Amino acid sequence: MTESAISQARTIKPKISKDDVIMRLAMVTIALYLLFAIAFPLYALLSKSFQSADGTFVGLANYITYLTTPALSWSIGNSFKVTLLATLIVLVIAFIYAYALTRSCMPCKGIFKGIALIPILMPSLLPAIALVFFFGNQGIIKSWLFGAEIYGPIGIVMGEVFYVFPHVMTILLISMSLSDARLYEASEVLGASKIKTFFSVTLPSLRYGLVSAFFVAFTLIITDFGVPKVVGGQYNVLATDVYKQVVGRHDFQMGAVVSMALLFPAAFAFIADRLVQRKQVALLSARAVPYQPKPDRMFDMIMLGFCCLIGFIILAILAMAAFSSVVTFWPYNLTLTTKHYNFNLMDGGGWSSYFNSIELASWTAIFGTIIVFFGAYLVEKSRGFKTGRTAMQALCMVPMAVPGLVLGLSYVFFYNHPDNPLGFLYHTMPILVICTITHFYTVAHLSAVTALKQMDPEFEAVSQSLKAPFYKTFWRVTVPVCVPAILDISMYLFVNAMTTVSAVVFLYSTDTSLASVAVLNMDDAGDQSPAAAMGMMIVVTAAGVRLLHMLLTRGLQRRTQAWRHR
Amino acid sequence: MSAENDVPYLKTVNVTKKFGDFTALDNISLEIVEKEFVCFLGPSGCGKTTLLRAIAGLDIQTSGQIFQKGRDISALPPAERDFGIVFQSYALFPNLTVRRNVAYGLENQRTPKKQIEQQVTDLLQLVGLPEQEDKYPAQLSGGQQQRVALARALATKPGLLLLDEPLSALDAKVRTHLRHEIKELQSKIGITTIMVTHDQEEALTMADRIVVMNNGIIEQIGTPFEIYSEPASPFVADFIGTTNFIKGKLASRQSVMVGSIDIQISDVAASLSTGSDVVLCIRPEDILTGERARNVSNQVESVIGHVEFLGSFHRVHMRPLAGDGTELMIDISVGRAREIDLTVGTTLKLALPSDHMNVYPSGS
Repeated sequence: MTESAISQARTIKPKISKDDVIMRLAMVTIALYLLFAIAFPLYALLSKSFQSADGTFVGLANYITYLTTPALSWSIGNSFKVTLLATLIVLVIAFIYAYALTRSCMPCKGIFKGIALIPILMPSLLPAIALVFFFGNQGIIKSWLFGAEIYGPIGIVMGEVFYVFPHVMTILLISMSLSDARLYEASEVLGASKIKTFFSVTLPSLRYGLVSAFFVAFTLIITDFGVPKVVGGQYNVLATDVYKQVVGRHDFQMGAVVSMALLFPAAFAFIADRLVQRKQVALLSARAVPYQPKPDRMFDMIMLGFCCLIGFIILAILAMAAFSSVVTFWPYNLTLTTKHYNFNLMDGGGWSSYFNSIELASWTAIFGTIIVFFGAYLVEKSRGFKTGRTAMQALCMVPMAVPGLVLGLSYVFFYNHPDNPLGFLYHTMPILVICTITHFYTVAHLSAVTALKQMDPEFEAVSQSLKAPFYKTFWRVTVPVCVPAILDISMYLFVNAMTTVSAVVFLYSTDTSLASVAVLNMDDAGDQSPAAAMGMMIVVTAAGVRLLHMLLTRGLQRRTQAWRHR
Repeated sequence: MSAENDVPYLKTVNVTKKFGDFTALDNISLEIVEKEFVCFLGPSGCGKTTLLRAIAGLDIQTSGQIFQKGRDISALPPAERDFGIVFQSYALFPNLTVRRNVAYGLENQRTPKKQIEQQVTDLLQLVGLPEQEDKYPAQLSGGQQQRVALARALATKPGLLLLDEPLSALDAKVRTHLRHEIKELQSKIGITTIMVTHDQEEALTMADRIVVMNNGIIEQIGTPFEIYSEPASPFVADFIGTTNFIKGKLASRQSVMVGSIDIQISDVAASLSTGSDVVLCIRPEDILTGERARNVSNQVESVIGHVEFLGSFHRVHMRPLAGDGTELMIDISVGRAREIDLTVGTTLKLALPSDHMNVYPSGS
């Protein structure tokens, strides 16, 4: 390097283009949204847990009270016990079920895959209500529990296993379908027995899938509120405790403390899962050969039998929920009636709460999809501004670690604060929409990122060279190519907005009562059949939306065939 | 290839690009004249694509300047520079027809619709792809997609065309054909062009000048003939074509000692001092045998080790009887081979003509 070269080695500061300015402003806007939708409320919750009822700082006093009051801290152990038990059971069942779907030659795989997804359409309150009709005091097969009570750990475990089954099964199914047939061939050629192959090839390749499934199940169960609310009885868990402290006793400080106790394991499970995922390198190289199961009559029959049993239980729970919503007076008068659907005669907000739910789900799907997709686009495709993008990426991951109840309660603290100029949002539809979008933000964000990553990274470069502003290419190329993913995201948001209870239970008002909350309140009031009826309305709506989504996707595929496939 | 005026069309001055501690480009300075076809050639990771992206403004360099037509474009975003680009993946918009793809840049210039239609038709004619306007990219073959990408890049009449490994996704046959077509098109419209490639054959056949790069620095800039016949470094000699490397000691300005033999050389760089370790390079096709070896300097008797048949010629690996035991490769055309006995173990008389030999400092 010559003398002059050294003097010229000034760092070049790239000039910021108009595109860059717009993109950065948009990113800052979405980041601000996320700050107001998640970071600030969580901070409000955290600070509340260090305050006394009159708002003075008391340090760890609330936590000490919590831990030294056995009636309160008892639920920590309870939560862990039922969660771990339910997680292990669902892992085993879902593992065999997914194994049957990928590694056997049993018939009707498509139908069984469909049946396994049914629980997704239900608010978790509904299977719990169905369990009451089966095993409750007047349940038809109460005797099967040998005198034990459904209200308590047994009911919670049963309900949770049902509730998280589709999520766990899907993760394992994907993980199992990504296995390389060449490894199995190698194992066979080397003379390994079937059992040896299972332990040396199958299980190691499913390691990450299993770990991920474990953490997902653990998080969903420990944060679930619907099942323990209905069948928990006197058996307190963290989720019901938060609700009881806030709604029952109006002890917001203790509610905040229990929320923190619930936030920790959920956040821990989430972080652990992310760390494991990061370690997972592509197990399946591009040259891998997908595994094709060979028929084995005996094995296939056993697998079919198992899937029939599980499928039957899922359908039975759905059928019981449907049936109980149309019988006159369980179990004494089993004549059919539609009177339970006459919601206007009951507590819980009547039909308007159903329509509120539709409204909430629609707004959530529309605005959520726009914000999530555009946000993911900015994170993935913008140029420079590395700090901004990293911060944004991190913010997008936070909602996943926050249980719905905790999020909802943090909104109460943040938006109901007298000094918050945004307080006018409290008790309105917009705050329900914001909370729901935020609650389901991460999963939606990740699927948008996946879709965007599949696009040629040079589209943006080409359009810059053609002097096209980024929003033009976004609108004319990125969005059309990503329509399937956009539809997936909006459907995901819609269905979850319909079924969620936990995030909105602290936020609704009499004008904005929701269907899922109505299920909760009617069940609380002892009106189990109307509760089941409202639950069925949610199921039918969610199923209808899924069907619509399927038809739309299929129609779209046909229309865009020319450019999607060769 | 002469410059129209004194200002080069494109000039980079000490362009350096760092990724953390890693230096991807180390003080790259070069000049490209108008209408020239220049290839950046080098192994993967040598920095050629990084340099192209810096010129395009897609990944702006850490330091150093880039001038286009005398204008300092160093810090400008891509949209404010004047270039068209074709990527290895083509990056054709999959949901737009060929016509819409090519028209994409024109639509941003507020060109009247009628005129756009006409221009697109002309462009597709130019790249040899008429009557495919309404197809989608996925319905075209790789070679056809490549032409659409080229038409799209040329549509806005840029002053500079950047090609990032444009042919490497194609089959060998199509590649050879398109090589010729791109070159012809380039000279027809006279657009200054930079092409990045790792394929030496592509660079040799297409470029007016080649910039050979390695580890973020320029090894040599020159015409294909210069690069091939007078490689500036052992790296260039090795990367382009095949070369014999012979280690030795510079005995005088005219000779190198290899083991116990004295090899005559024609010239040597002044910077090399007598007595220093050197490397001699000679291409296999420049080594002479039989009749032709007579009366040529540096006669070496060698034994045939093994023979590779490579289609139009044989590559013969030989062990010289004297010297330090370094093997020599020589190429013998199929025609010549009929006159020579190529049985393994036969002794042949070889000659290393001193004017085809290049001397480099050892370890360079």
